[in-house]
Amino acid sequence: MSDAIRLAGIEKSFGAVRANRGADLQVARGEVHALVGENGAGKSTLMRILSGLYPADAGIIEVDGRDVTGWSTSDAIAAGVGMVHQHFMLVPTLTVAENVMLGSEITKGPVLDRAAAEQRVRDLGARTGLVVAPDRLVADLSVGEAQRVEILKTLYRGARILILDEPTAVLSPPEVQELWNVLRALRAEGGTVVLITHKLDEVIEVSDTITVMRQGATVARIPREGATPQSIARAMVGRDVVLARDFEFSGTSAGRGVASTPLLNVQNLLVSGARRTAVVDRVNFSVAPGEILGVAGVEGNGQTELIEAIAGLREAEGSISLGGLDLRPLDVRHRGDAGLSHIPEDRHERGLVLDYSIADNLILGQQHRFTSGVTIDVARVLAHAEERIRAYDIRPADPATPARSLSGGNQQKIVVAREMARDFKVLLASQPTRGVDVGAIELIHARLREARDQGKAILLVSADLAEVLALADRVAVMYGGRFVALLLRAEATPELLGQFMTGAEHAA
Amino acid sequence: MNRRTLEESLLPPVVALLLAAVVGDVLILSFGQSPGAVYRLLLEGTWGNAYGFGQVLYKATTLTFTGLAVGLGLRAGLFNIGAESQVAAGGFVAAVAGMLLPAGIPALLCLPLFVLAAALGGGIVGAVPGVLKAKFGAHEVIVTIMLNFIVLALLNYLTSAKVHVPDTLHTPELKSGALFRLSDVIPAFHGSAANATILLAVIAAAVFGWYLFRTRRGFELRAVGLQPRAAENAGVHVGGVVWRALTVSGAIAGIGGLNYVLGYKHYYEEGFASGAGYLGIAVALVGRNHPLGIVVAALLFATLSQGGLVVNALVPKQMIDVLQAVVILAVATSVPEVRRMLRTSRRTAAT
Repeated sequence: MSDAIRLAGIEKSFGAVRANRGADLQVARGEVHALVGENGAGKSTLMRILSGLYPADAGIIEVDGRDVTGWSTSDAIAAGVGMVHQHFMLVPTLTVAENVMLGSEITKGPVLDRAAAEQRVRDLGARTGLVVAPDRLVADLSVGEAQRVEILKTLYRGARILILDEPTAVLSPPEVQELWNVLRALRAEGGTVVLITHKLDEVIEVSDTITVMRQGATVARIPREGATPQSIARAMVGRDVVLARDFEFSGTSAGRGVASTPLLNVQNLLVSGARRTAVVDRVNFSVAPGEILGVAGVEGNGQTELIEAIAGLREAEGSISLGGLDLRPLDVRHRGDAGLSHIPEDRHERGLVLDYSIADNLILGQQHRFTSGVTIDVARVLAHAEERIRAYDIRPADPATPARSLSGGNQQKIVVAREMARDFKVLLASQPTRGVDVGAIELIHARLREARDQGKAILLVSADLAEVLALADRVAVMYGGRFVALLLRAEATPELLGQFMTGAEHAA
Repeated sequence: MNRRTLEESLLPPVVALLLAAVVGDVLILSFGQSPGAVYRLLLEGTWGNAYGFGQVLYKATTLTFTGLAVGLGLRAGLFNIGAESQVAAGGFVAAVAGMLLPAGIPALLCLPLFVLAAALGGGIVGAVPGVLKAKFGAHEVIVTIMLNFIVLALLNYLTSAKVHVPDTLHTPELKSGALFRLSDVIPAFHGSAANATILLAVIAAAVFGWYLFRTRRGFELRAVGLQPRAAENAGVHVGGVVWRALTVSGAIAGIGGLNYVLGYKHYYEEGFASGAGYLGIAVALVGRNHPLGIVVAALLFATLSQGGLVVNALVPKQMIDVLQAVVILAVATSVPEVRRMLRTSRRTAAT
């Protein structure tokens, strides 16, 4: 029997960047296949070539034994190859059923047949476990539900080969488990799944075969039996790496800084949301010098608003002080000058101006410190960029390159390198390693620990429980806009935190 | 890399011009004329003799100001459709200021005053949509379009009811401050309207480039235009940038009014720069919001506009309006397309 997918010798360049250099991929029918590799390793490019978004410069693409090299996206959809992208492509003002049928609408004469579409969505849901009420508005869905709609949409169009690009980046642990169940159900029905991911636990848990890519080429193809997170990580990076999980029960300094005066003090913080609800509901906490306070929780429970309120990007009530200085009357820039540094959760929206060069992005937020008179001091900006690029190994090491053309990991390094270069006392680190490869995670974690050891106070928000556990001295769990738990690291176990995160403990 | 960006920014306008030439051929043939003869006449009547060239320079001067005005807005992510009324307001306020000045003051002393007056006139018209956008989120496109009607009507009323010379629709002539014409220096330009305001336009383009690409304010303005949320995170007050950019945009357009009031007729007259504001949008678009590009695009559109008058004997001058429209459409749609073509051809050449 022929393979579901066979890619051989795929070459793809974007200008001077070679995204794929002789990449191979072989996926058997009816398996869950993990495609892993660092950011910029060429995984997404390879999958976009497979789904017809880009033409390959060279190489062969076969689906179900048929040579389909150079096909278009519509060919791919017709042949049953469907891709679920990392960023959702849904219309928020339409219902689930309307989104699902968009592009292949069911009609009765000139009129949309909503009832039939809703029934189709229910049938598909019952078969695969992708249960979402078809008449709900997409705007009202949680992230996990929105993703289910994306998968439904793909299946609705008849996909039998499903490509998922980092599907768990935004999901809570229970949602991840549900996704795995869905994938297993699909596999049981004879469907084929290619899973692009960074998270090695997932690879081990759900996949049958693992393909590892590095620098555009395929470096390993491993059956699940016998694969360990360490062996996969080594293949990805090309050397041994320290995984976040290894730190689980070491490197904490619980109680060390807690006795001294807190650097960041937040009392009664209240942020109002769209419908007069409290998105952040009277939160109290403080962070001491030399301490990392980790905030765990499923996304959308007020973490974004909490950080933005402290950074000065959002209206809030209550008190926020930094080393005794009231931050409330200060704007974003003056909070920065007062010693606040901020790694925003979304580098594409908030953290970077993508069309600016690496050098310009490295001074963003501190542009007033790089001026002489009214003009920007280009020589100093360049010197600063060269030093930062070296210190954080940002690639390509050319200060004039636009940030847009860098891989996600290198983009995030720009943000971290910039915020660490400030003269700061308190760091707000929001999802500091989201969508970032193992090597960059290691570097960013090391820098965060260094900053802590130098006596900085760090407020870390992460949807990745392993990251919170690896870095934090104390762990808070945010649920429904409140801190429902505040534990010392030693007391915090994944199981306990998981209960708080899903609100189980809270409801009880 | 620089060669590539140069290619990418030059090719779209060139392709657009070629496309316009093809459309022009068809049109000219449909009027029973020979394209060669019409184009020859067009070039001879514009760049081929001093008078025609002077007229091109005169028209390009106003267009440079309106192009820079629209370009500044676009760099901040704002679409200022109001240059049309801002030019007029600038010219009007300058003319009124001129009425108040006694005779015999040297032009060089008056000049800063006139620039200020014109900037004030255009700036106020620009500040209205700016403040409305920053405070209430009113969309600047709607507000600037509506303001064009209001401001132009208001200026007509003020001119005809308050300050006009009897039996005319213009204000009294300035007693001081008129700028010299190019024909005063180079007699060959005799009869053309080109005047020293062109120097102001060149200075304005240079300051525009310096401000955008060298100063901190320009750095912040471009960041707001590209990614307002990232700019906000970088400590920039987005609302402040928005209203300042629209105000300065209006002020630049307003200074463009001096070309007529200070350099050509020395009074304000209804409709003196009619169309220059809207054409400024095309100039900014074709010039890619870059000062040098804007100057070149201003010359191009000035040539077409003057050329329309010259070829009127052979074909209707509206034909040139059609050509202008083709250039604008082609540039607007071809920019990403041409870039993609370039990239593909480079890739095929590499393999």
